Formats: sequence, C-alpha cells, structure tokens
Amino acid sequence: MGKKLLLANDHIPGIQSYDVYRSNGGYLSVEKALKTLKPEDIVEEVKKSGLRGRGGAGFPTGMKWSFLAKPEGVPRYLVCNADESEPGTFKDRYLMSRIPHLLVEGMITSSYALGANTSYIYIRGEYYYVAQILEKAIAEAYQNGWLGQNILGTGYNLDLHVQVGGGAYICGEETALLESLEGKRGNPRIKPPFPAIAGLYGCPTVVNNVETIAAVVPIVNDGGDSYAAIGIGKSTGTKLISASGHIKKPGVYEIEMGITVEEFIYSEAYCGGILNNKKLKAVVAGGSSVPILPADKILTTPAGEKRLMSYESLSEGGFASGTMLGSGGFIVMDEDTSIVENLYTFTRFYHHESCGQCSPCREGTAWMEKLLHKILDGHGTLADVDLLWEIQSKIEGNTICPLGDAAAWPVASAIRHFRSEFESFVSNGNAKHPIN
Amino acid sequence: MAKITIDGKTIEVADGTTILQAARMIGPDVAPPTMCYYSKLKTSGGYCRTCLVEVSKGSEKDPRPMPKLVASCRTTVMDGMEVKNNSSEKVTDARKGVVEFLLLNHPLDCPVCDQAGECHLQDLSYEHGSAKTRTDFERRNFEKINIGNYIQLHMNRCILCYRCVKVADQITDGRVHGVINRGDHAEISTYIENAIENDFSGNVIDVCPVGALTDKTFRFKSRVWFTKPENAHRDCPTCSGKVVVWKKGDDILRVTGRKDQWGEVEEFICNTCRFETKKTSDWTIEGPSPINNHSVISANHYEVFEKPQELTINQIRPLAIDQNND
Ligand SMILES: Cc1cc2nc3c(=O)[nH]c(=O)nc-3n(C[C@H](O)[C@H](O)[C@H](O)COP(=O)(O)O)c2cc1C
Ligand code: SF4
Ligand code: FES
Repeated sequence: MGKKLLLANDHIPGIQSYDVYRSNGGYLSVEKALKTLKPEDIVEEVKKSGLRGRGGAGFPTGMKWSFLAKPEGVPRYLVCNADESEPGTFKDRYLMSRIPHLLVEGMITSSYALGANTSYIYIRGEYYYVAQILEKAIAEAYQNGWLGQNILGTGYNLDLHVQVGGGAYICGEETALLESLEGKRGNPRIKPPFPAIAGLYGCPTVVNNVETIAAVVPIVNDGGDSYAAIGIGKSTGTKLISASGHIKKPGVYEIEMGITVEEFIYSEAYCGGILNNKKLKAVVAGGSSVPILPADKILTTPAGEKRLMSYESLSEGGFASGTMLGSGGFIVMDEDTSIVENLYTFTRFYHHESCGQCSPCREGTAWMEKLLHKILDGHGTLADVDLLWEIQSKIEGNTICPLGDAAAWPVASAIRHFRSEFESFVSNGNAKHPIN
Repeated sequence: MAKITIDGKTIEVADGTTILQAARMIGPDVAPPTMCYYSKLKTSGGYCRTCLVEVSKGSEKDPRPMPKLVASCRTTVMDGMEVKNNSSEKVTDARKGVVEFLLLNHPLDCPVCDQAGECHLQDLSYEHGSAKTRTDFERRNFEKINIGNYIQLHMNRCILCYRCVKVADQITDGRVHGVINRGDHAEISTYIENAIENDFSGNVIDVCPVGALTDKTFRFKSRVWFTKPENAHRDCPTCSGKVVVWKKGDDILRVTGRKDQWGEVEEFICNTCRFETKKTSDWTIEGPSPINNHSVISANHYEVFEKPQELTINQIRPLAIDQNND
C-alpha cells in the first residue's frame, strides 16, 4: 500500500473531533505558516509541489494562486468548491465527513497564503449533514483560536463560512458557484474575466476543490519537494479515487499517482477485482464526463504499456484511445453492462443539469436524451446513431462552460468504442432493455 | 489601437472593441449574425452562439490560433488578430448546428406568427440553416402568458436570448422579470405573471428577436409587410419621443422604437408613446422610415447586403412594403 497524506489518520477513532485531530498533528501547518512563513513562501512551496487542481481540470494550483490579482484596498477571497456533483465522484464527501478539520486547516493555511480574510466553503445542498459536520469543526476552530481575529497573535484575521447550495451540478462550475454564492441564479459567467481578476463580488478570487485545499496541509508541513517526490512526472502526490461499479470493494482510496490501472482494479489493497469474478468490460476513469474506455484500452496505452493512474498516462492516445483522470470518479463496468443504457443515464443527467444559457447545450443535451430513449425503446434507426454523433460534435467546444463538453464526450466515446452495441439495439427492432 | 483582419478585410479599432463590433464597422458582409447580443444592453451576448468565429491568429505578440471557436460578441480584439467568419468552414458548420439547435423547439408556424417578416430567427435559418428538420420529437409547449395589459409572452417561441431579462434589469426599475428553471425547461418568467408596470417595460418587445414577446395592442391587426413604417416624433416628457409609427392607410396600428442597420433600437421609448399614442394627430411625421427589418420576406434585403458599397441601407425599402402601398 502506498503513502497516504490526506487519509493517513482516517483509521484513528474520533479523528472527526478537534481534540483527537489536534493531538495527531492537526493545525501544525497553520502554526508553521503564520509564525514562520510569508504568504509568498507558501505559494512557492505549492508551486514546487506540482499540486494540480483535484476538481477535474488538473490546473497547477501554484500557478493559479500566483495569478491572483492583488490590487490595493480590494479584498481577496478563497472559495472552496465542495459542490461535488459529478456522477461517480464522492471523495470530497468522504474527506469532509471523516476528517473535517483537515479541510478547515487547509482553508486557514491557504487563505493566509492568498491574503484572504474571508473565505467560503460552498457545499452542495444534498450534503447538508456534511455541512453540519463542517460547521461544528469551524466552531471548534474558532473556540481554539485558529479562526477569528488576530490568529495566534500574528495579527492575521480570518472568517470562514459554509454556504449550502441548492443542489445543482452546474453550481460546481466555478463561476456559476460564485454567482450562486452571491445569491443569484447559478449560471456560469462568460470568461474572461477569470475569477483571479474578478471573482466573488467582483474581487480577485481563488476557487479550489476540497481535496486540493486539503493537500496544502501536507505540502506546508513537509515541504513542496517532499510532496513532489511522490507520484510520477507531472502527476505529483497522492490522489483520492472514488471507486464504484462492479468491483468487490467500492469506496474511496488514496493512491500514489502512478500505480497501474490494473493494480488499482485487481489488487486487494484497492478495488479487489471484478464483482463475482466477471470480466471487465469498460471503465469511466474520472467521473461521468470523461470518455469511457473498453477494458483493453484502459489497461494498456496505445504504445502497449500498462496504463497508469496519472493525468498523463490516462490521457495518452488522446480521445481516440485515451481518457482523463478528471475528478477521480472511477466507475467500473462488468461484461453484462449495457453501454447504451449507461449512456442514457449519463445523458439524462446532463440534460437535467444544463443551466440552459447557451443553445447548443440547452437544446443538444435534451435532444440526445430523447434519441437515446428512442434507441433504448427499440424505435431507433442507424440514422439516429449518426445523428447522436452529429449532435455531440456540434455541442463540443461551442458552449460557454465545459458542461457542454462534459455532455458530449460520453456520447462520443460510447459510440466510438461501442458502436456495435448501438447498432444491435437499432437493428433488433425491439428493446432488450426497456426503460421503466 | 488594434489592427484586426476579418475575412481578409483589415480595420484599425480602439482597444476593448469586440470582434463583432469591428466586423460591423467593416460592413455587413463580414459581420457575424447575432441573436442575443444587443449593443444597447450591458452584458448581453454570449448565449446563442450564432456569432461564433474562428480566430486563426491570436495577435501579433502571440500568433497562435485560438483552440476553440469564440463568441465574437464577447471576445475583444488583439493587435494583429486574424479572424475567419464566412471564410471558415468550421464556423459555417458550427453555425448550422446552432441554427438547428435554436429551431429544435421553435414552432415552425411562421405563417401564423405575428413576428413573421421581422423575425431574426427566420432570417438566420434562411441564411445559415439547412432546409430539413431532423427531429420529430414534440416541441416544448407552454401556455401564453399576459404580462400586464400590453405585452404577451409566448414561451414556445422564445430562444432564451436573455435580452428581455437585461431590459428588465437595466432599463426598468424594480425587476420582476427573470429566468426560472434549467436547461430546456428554462423559461422567461415574471414571477407568476406579475405585470411589469414600468414606463419602459414595452421595450422587451423591441429587443425580442422572435415572436415570443409581442405587443397586445397590435397582435394580428395586420401583417407587418402590409403596414408602412414612418419616422415620427412628439414632445414626450418621459422618453425622446422618437419612434416609428406603423401605418395602414391613415391609421397607426403600432408604435416601436427606431432600429438601426442591425435591427437594434436606437433609443428605448416609453410605454405611453408605444401603447397609448396612436392617433395620427399625436405625431409629427418625418417621412418614411429607413428599412430596419432585414427579413426573408422583405426580399430586397439580400440585394442590400450583397452591395453595401453602392446602396445605402437606409434608402431601401422592402419590396413587399412598396408593392402594397403603391
Ligand atoms: C459542470 C461543472 C461542474 C463542476 N463541478 C465541480 C465540483 O463539484 N467540484 C470541484 O471541485 N470542481 C468542479 N468543477 C471544476 C471547477 O469549475 C473548477 O475548475 C475547480 O473547482 C477548480 O478547483 P481546482 O483547481 O482545485 O481543481 C466543475 C466544472 C464544471 C464545468
Ligand atoms: S454549456 Fe450548458 S451548463 Fe454551461 S453555460 Fe452553456 S447551457 Fe449552461
Ligand atoms: S450574439 Fe454572440 S453569442 Fe449570441
């Protein structure tokens, strides 16, 4: 089993509470940062660590932080994205509900690094009970002097708020999140300007995923170099993977970047193999948005090497034969899974979650869902499969926010790799899998 | 200043100008079509995606092409930028897709729609769409809603351009108009049919590119092309009083704002002028209006756009109107 940085203390009873967390090395990064480091030193360590955003896009966190505008007299904000709504992704919930103080600690250290005096955790409405866990942890942090005025006597002030969202996937898109946080309808903004220049209330803002912010704690404690020593290439450190589907041991695993996909699926330390010892058919490796890959392509790269759990290795081969690490939602499908049915479920989700601002996504997602429904019902034709392909290609790249792409890629990859399944549906004349 | 080339034509414009504005300055033959952008409304544009263009050269400093098509109405120019609009196959293709998306839920019943003849979607589909529809699914269906005494909303025709929302936001005080629901369930709402009781609310009709928001005092009185638009003004305490009156014989059937070459009003007018001032004696008539409706039905439109150098758009009147009145 590899090194753990975020879930290292997960097994300790009572780690959810302040006292146990603190007595196991909790809040040391805040002490170190506030007492011995300048904000820019922390940004430098985060740069050195090679940490990349864990919300899905994998953008280098240190670089994002250094883009933050710092005009005189204007507040800056750090906003933690805990909207976690991508189907197949549940790692942030695990982290926040098991070790809430890790996120609180990360928020304080990161806020200090960015010069923010007010920070927010925006959490999806369905995680209400998790929000309550966080509220409790934050209250404990205030009581113990880690939040509020003049923290540790250093003169640094920070207030941390939890905001519960209304339960919309689109409010995980960072600019929609900011709109929602401001009390408006959660429509993604048109960029530029980017949040680093004009974010929350028009002020410079950094939006980071829960796991990204949590990773700042070990980076500050042990140094960026030691974080960068874990992992492979530009995929440094550890990554939380939400493993689900037809595996023996679904759950959240912290892996060192760079273990093989095969090890992750089959070893006892992780998924433990396919349920009922069936054959592996396909994997969606990074949450519902990323391209689905058939077994051979997920296990091996086009160059014939074993595929690794890393940003680079998973995307090797481009969209023709690769996929993406995304948010780390690893969905495994066995030989009996219907790819078309699964795609219908995904597509229905994107249709339901499209904010409706831009025409390709608003109309295209609905159209694709209807076509898939028709195909599953046994009324589809070959022309419908081609039309599906057409529609996704007209959405991709032509929308305001990446939800359009996220809706298009699953359709494209399912048809690309499993076309024969679509064809058997339309040529059988009646549905093998009627929808209820 | 920034130098920008669009479809091979170069112009120098002030920094901060959008690609669309620069294209309009060059002329109609390189200007991308727009359905949601409205020069008089802040933060408009970006939604419909009809104005997508290809940036084949980012700037003099960074000549790399932009990886995706961009919305020309929301992208500012850079010095040395090169843009392809009609000359890009990618753009033509994407735009065709956008038109198909916009028509997907739009009723194809132009013959009974009040907007026929001055509908931007009609123009757009004529110029950039394909002849056949590829969907046989049921379209969205909504009840018609009366927004107060003067305005009717028929969501079936709405393309969610957000222009009326911006009018409500920016022109009227006390906004009761917005969008509810998501995705293709999204609809323009006035929070349960609250009348927009505001002097300028009628402008939502002028900015609507389709027949979703219509003037109840004019609805179905006449086809647009059977009426004769004349510029007129009056001394109005609320607005500029500069309008277009749409006459049939000596009767004024409708009053609207004056629109420019791009179909956008020059100045917003008040509800008193629009809805309650319909006696010919109320107005000082200035003369025939410059053509502002570039519609499929006004056939001259295409000639105009093909020969912008020789003909001033303002001097041309649509064939249909001329025929009717001569
Ligand atoms: C439709 C959509 C949903 C998203 N949902 C989330 C989410 O739930 N959590 C998250 O951290 N990032 C989400 N993102 C990515 C965010 O926009 C943003 O990139 C991220 O929060 C940045 O944090 P990071 O740099 O730490 O990854 C979503 C993006 C899109 C387009
Ligand atoms: S791509 Fe979809 S979700 Fe994103 S802004 Fe456009 S309509 Fe909204
Ligand atoms: S006019 Fe530019 S996106 Fe609608």
